[in-house]
Amino acid sequence: MGVGWGDEYRTRSLSESCTTVLNLGAPVAALRKRNFSLLFLVAMPLALGACRAPAGEVEFWAMGLEGEVVARMVPEFERLHPDVHVRVQQIPWSAAHEKLLTAYVGEATPCAFQLGNTWVPEFAALDALDPLEVRIRDSELVRPDDYFAGIYDTNVVGAHTFGVPWYVDTRLLFYRSDLLAQSGATSGLGSWESWLDAMQRIKREAGPSRYAILLPLTEWQTPVVLALQLGADLLRDGGRYGDFQSDAFRRAFDFYLGLFRDGLAPRRGDAAVGNVYQDFAAGFFAFYVTGPWNLSEFEKRMPPALGDAWATAPMPAPSGDGPGDSVAGGSSLAIFRRCAHKDAAWRWIEYLTAAEQQVQLYRLTGDLPSRPTAWKEADLVRNPHAVAFWEQLQHVRSTPKVPEWERIAGKIGQYAEAAIRGDITPHAALVSLDDDVDEILAKRRWMLARAEAGQK
Amino acid sequence: MYGRTADGGRRTGGRLRRVDPGWWFAAPALAAIALFFFVPVAAALVLSTTDFDIYAIASRSNLRFVGIGNYGRLLDDPMFWLALRNTFYFVVVAGPLSIAASLAAALLVDARLVRFKPLFRTALFLPVVTTLVAVAVVWRYLYHPRFGLLNHALGWLGVAPIDWLGDPRWAMPAIILMAVWKNFGFNMVIFVAGLQSIPVRLYEAASIDGARGWTQFTRITLPMLAPTFLFVGVMTMIGYFQLFAEPYVMTQGGPANSTLSIVLWMYEEGFRWWNLGFSAAIAFVLFAIILVFTLIGMWWRRGGAEETAPAVRA
Repeated sequence: MGVGWGDEYRTRSLSESCTTVLNLGAPVAALRKRNFSLLFLVAMPLALGACRAPAGEVEFWAMGLEGEVVARMVPEFERLHPDVHVRVQQIPWSAAHEKLLTAYVGEATPCAFQLGNTWVPEFAALDALDPLEVRIRDSELVRPDDYFAGIYDTNVVGAHTFGVPWYVDTRLLFYRSDLLAQSGATSGLGSWESWLDAMQRIKREAGPSRYAILLPLTEWQTPVVLALQLGADLLRDGGRYGDFQSDAFRRAFDFYLGLFRDGLAPRRGDAAVGNVYQDFAAGFFAFYVTGPWNLSEFEKRMPPALGDAWATAPMPAPSGDGPGDSVAGGSSLAIFRRCAHKDAAWRWIEYLTAAEQQVQLYRLTGDLPSRPTAWKEADLVRNPHAVAFWEQLQHVRSTPKVPEWERIAGKIGQYAEAAIRGDITPHAALVSLDDDVDEILAKRRWMLARAEAGQK
Repeated sequence: MYGRTADGGRRTGGRLRRVDPGWWFAAPALAAIALFFFVPVAAALVLSTTDFDIYAIASRSNLRFVGIGNYGRLLDDPMFWLALRNTFYFVVVAGPLSIAASLAAALLVDARLVRFKPLFRTALFLPVVTTLVAVAVVWRYLYHPRFGLLNHALGWLGVAPIDWLGDPRWAMPAIILMAVWKNFGFNMVIFVAGLQSIPVRLYEAASIDGARGWTQFTRITLPMLAPTFLFVGVMTMIGYFQLFAEPYVMTQGGPANSTLSIVLWMYEEGFRWWNLGFSAAIAFVLFAIILVFTLIGMWWRRGGAEETAPAVRA
């Protein structure tokens, strides 16, 4: 059905842009039904000679809310570029990865698409993406120096750039400033030490039924952020083996588990937290490590009575006075290698990543722009809640750029959960994690060894 | 060769031997089965002896033949044993529970005193035809630890709230409860058919002999339903070994992998991580397990039929 619809559109756009000029609408329409090759014999020279051929149709896949909202940006783009038609397909986040891979295997890829930053190495390894560095060099709109460096870097794999950052994502602290003030903590949130001190004071005030921080048990982001701050590489030997028994990761993991051990964070599962926003407003916990999408959610959902008793802060640093590093996330826009209208797709990407459209996207979804100029245009730097993200985005690092990362991240979450629940000791968790990751990377080791042997 | 056909006594004697016309009639169906069943299964078997993964999708030169390596890795993988344990837990508990619920519902629907039988039969069959995703949304509310109906009801009995889907100990019972509710209607219909095929004269004769309700149930109804039981039992077991949709929509295998079933694990390996070779090996191991248990069921049926036969005659 989808294919049929597309065909119908293509023929329609052809007749609209050409036959109206030539006044040949009726005969061409009659021919179209009977004999396709005849249609081409008649129409093609006319189309080439008499009117500008359409630069093409761009099928664009976007996930979740972005997919919903981006459709509203299409009419304006098509007005500016009448020869390009964009067809937006919305896909749910939960199935996005499977759908993109399945589309690639089934040779049914869209032209342009939204690609999670951490998936770039995987799709690059598949040789599925069109390298963009030449287009970026020649572009007047996409300027690499007008992006947060850590975010931009996630799109670079080896010698190629495979995506243009669309919006950004990272993790930092949301907290109840009133509870923090009540606790009497005065040393700020710049270092782990002062952060820990604040949490312990809050827990003392809160009693046994409330907590200082909420950390979803299976989330890998927080332990990874802490480890990145300590300079852990997570993988060693060029991404050949897991490096989770390193001193840095061990210390970060210990700090993370300590939050549960000391009762600062609840050990209950995800389902127990009915509604994060209600619980946060009720003071069930004071700190929450989360991302930009919650800026607008918190603004919408916090009861008016709470007022500005909530704030955001960059991640504390292991020592000194913050901000510490956090993960570079977000979504980029990329072009599949198999795309038939790459020039048209590139114009769509240039359009979407321009500062003006990023501001529009921010207003519609709350997604934070990837370009500092867009931040200034949207006056985001003066938004008291967003400014912490501005600071944090100057300090972001990408996770290891191996195609297996998504899977490794899942394992980190899995073993972190097991260690938090006390099913295994922290040491055993890290040993098993390294073992599992080594096995996940076995194929990569073989491929790298083969490539090296080939060079010699 | 030639002599052998002559021995067969066929007059035609040429190279064109007569083929039983039955084969021609069956040929379209056989061809379809071969094309859409045996070929894919054979392809999957070959796939399970390779390390087909995303690298192999990028280039076939990255594909390695690993023989039975995937099977060895699978047996070494603690996740396999965990998923197997969870699946057995589900089959062993949910299977009998589901059959008992079906039988109870069938007896109620089939009871002579009940009116509007078709209405009840349809109502009880409704969960079977309802979309699982819609069911899951409703059940997630029922299971909500603080606002759910189930915990509310337990509260009246003085039971502390249970974190149904968030506690590793309770997640599987929660899935079982939902699965039994969702599936009992199908077997109920089969049981109703079985009940209706029991001759009324048996009950009449039993009544004359003075046998009352319970005795009639254990001495007539249950033995007469034996073939139905075996059919229902084997089909339910096969279906339940392939547990997937319930944990997929309710818990995604969590918490702490406590609801990870074999098929869910296979799906994750195959379509989330694209380890299709390994995933195919999981599929064949599951097939072997189901085959063994089905054969046990068949063997039991043969033995069981001999035992029940005299009982029926009596």
